[in-house]
Amino acid sequence: MGLFDRFQTLIDAHARVTHEGADPFGVKMDRLVSSTEAIVNGRHTILAGTNNYLGLTFDDACIAAATEATQQLGTGTTGSRIANGSYGTHKHLEQALADFYGKKHGMVFTTGYQANLGVISTLAGPGDYLVIDADSHASIYDACRMTQATIIRFRHNDPADLDKRMARLAHEPGNKIIVVEGIYSMLGDQAPLKEFVAIKKKYDAYIVVDEAHSLGVLGENGRGLVESDGVEDDVDFVVGTFSKSLGAIGGFCVSNHDDFDVLRLVCRPYMFTASLPPSIVASVTKALEITRSRPDLRQRLWDNVDTLYDGLAAQGFTLGQQKGPVVAIYMPGTEAAIRFWQLLLEAGVYVNLALPPATPLGTALLRCSVCAAHSKEQLEKIVEVFTNLAYEFGLFEEPKRAVA
Amino acid sequence: MSNLTDIIADIAQHLEPFRKDGAPITADTNIGRDLNVDSLAIMDLLMALEDKYNVSIPLNLVPDIQTVQDLARTVSQMKEAA
Repeated sequence: MGLFDRFQTLIDAHARVTHEGADPFGVKMDRLVSSTEAIVNGRHTILAGTNNYLGLTFDDACIAAATEATQQLGTGTTGSRIANGSYGTHKHLEQALADFYGKKHGMVFTTGYQANLGVISTLAGPGDYLVIDADSHASIYDACRMTQATIIRFRHNDPADLDKRMARLAHEPGNKIIVVEGIYSMLGDQAPLKEFVAIKKKYDAYIVVDEAHSLGVLGENGRGLVESDGVEDDVDFVVGTFSKSLGAIGGFCVSNHDDFDVLRLVCRPYMFTASLPPSIVASVTKALEITRSRPDLRQRLWDNVDTLYDGLAAQGFTLGQQKGPVVAIYMPGTEAAIRFWQLLLEAGVYVNLALPPATPLGTALLRCSVCAAHSKEQLEKIVEVFTNLAYEFGLFEEPKRAVA
Repeated sequence: MSNLTDIIADIAQHLEPFRKDGAPITADTNIGRDLNVDSLAIMDLLMALEDKYNVSIPLNLVPDIQTVQDLARTVSQMKEAA
C-alpha cells in the first residue's frame, strides 16, 4: 500500500474544492497592511478571521519591545528551557503571568498547543481519568492520546452530563481531571464554568480551563472566564496561549499547586523543544501589560462585537447563539460553505472556514473573529458583503432584506 | 437487560443514515471502512449509545472498535462493569 493511500478521499475532496476557486487551506497573505487588512491575490482584504482580538500585532510598544530584545539578546535561544534556553526574560514573563492571575506559579511553553500537550498529558497518569468537553480543541484530544489515563468525553457545555459521568467514576481510585475551555473556538460559546466547578468540588476532582480565546476578552481585567465567572480560587490550572489576544505565539500554564515546578522536569513538550525567541517573550510581556492596563481596548472589542454580530443577525444570518468575538455563521452545507467562503475572499473579506469533522454536530460554518482595531466602516462593510453575496448566492430570498 | 443481539440491532439502526451502496448493516460491518461515517459521527454515535445504555465508553477503546459487533461487545462490557 502507498504511503499516503489512506488519505485518497481527502486528496480528492481537496482537489474538487481548489478546482472551483481559492484553496481555503492555502491562503497567502502577501502583505499585511495592518492588524485588520492584508493584500491577498493583489486585492485589499479585510481580515475578519484572525485571533487578533486586541489588535496588538501592530502595536508600536510591542514592536519596539520585540526589536530591542532581538538587538540585545539575539534572534533565538537555540536551546530548551532545561538547557541554555531560559533567559531572565522567560522567567520574568512567567512571573508576570502568575502575578496577573494571582497564582504562585507560571510556566511558559513554546506554543499553546504544546502547553496543552504538556500539562494535560503530564497531570494524568495510568489509573487517572481525563474528562473532556466534546468540543475540545485538537490539542486537548492529542494530549489525551499521549497519556495512559482513561479518557471520557462529555456532552458539550452540559453540566448534567458531566455530573452523570463523574458519578460513574466516583468509586474508582485515581485522579479525575476535568478539561474545559473558556470560549470555544468554532461557535464562540462560553463554558458554564460555575456549574462545572461545583461538580469538580462535589467529586473531589481537578479542573483545567483553557482560556485561549478568552484571555484579554472576558473579565474586567481580561483574566478570562475564570474571572468573569468568579471562580479563580477554584480552578486548579489555567492554560492559555500567546497567539491570540497577546499577538504572537507561545503558551502558558498558571497554578497554585505546591508541586507545580516538578512539571519542568517531567513535561516532555516543555523539555524537548527550543524555547521562545527573545523578541516573542518581549512583545508578549508588553502585550500582557497592555491587556492589564487598557480596559478601553476590551470595551472597543465588545462594541465591535455588537456591530458585527447584531449587523449580521439583523440581515437574517443564523449565528452562533452566544454573542462574542468569535462569530459563527451557519451555512447550509459543506459545498455551500466552501463556495461562499471563496466568493467572500474574491469580494475582499477573509474569514475562516470550518467544516466537519472539525465542527460540532457536522455543521459547516464561516467563522469571523472581531478585533478591537476593526473600524466601524470595516465591520459594516463585512456585513454588506455577506448580505449581498447571500442574495446572489440564493441563501436569502428577497423578502428578508432589511431596510437600511 | 439487553443481550448482544439486541445491542447489535440497535447499533445497526443508529448507523442507518450512513449506509454505503445500500449494503445491509450486520454484526461484521466494519464501521470506518464499510460506511460513510467520519470520526465526529462515530464519536456522536458513541455518545448516543452511552446515553441509551447509561455507560461511559472511554475514548481509549475506540481504536479497537472495528465492527458493529466490537462496538456492541464494548457497550455490553461497560454495562456489566457498571
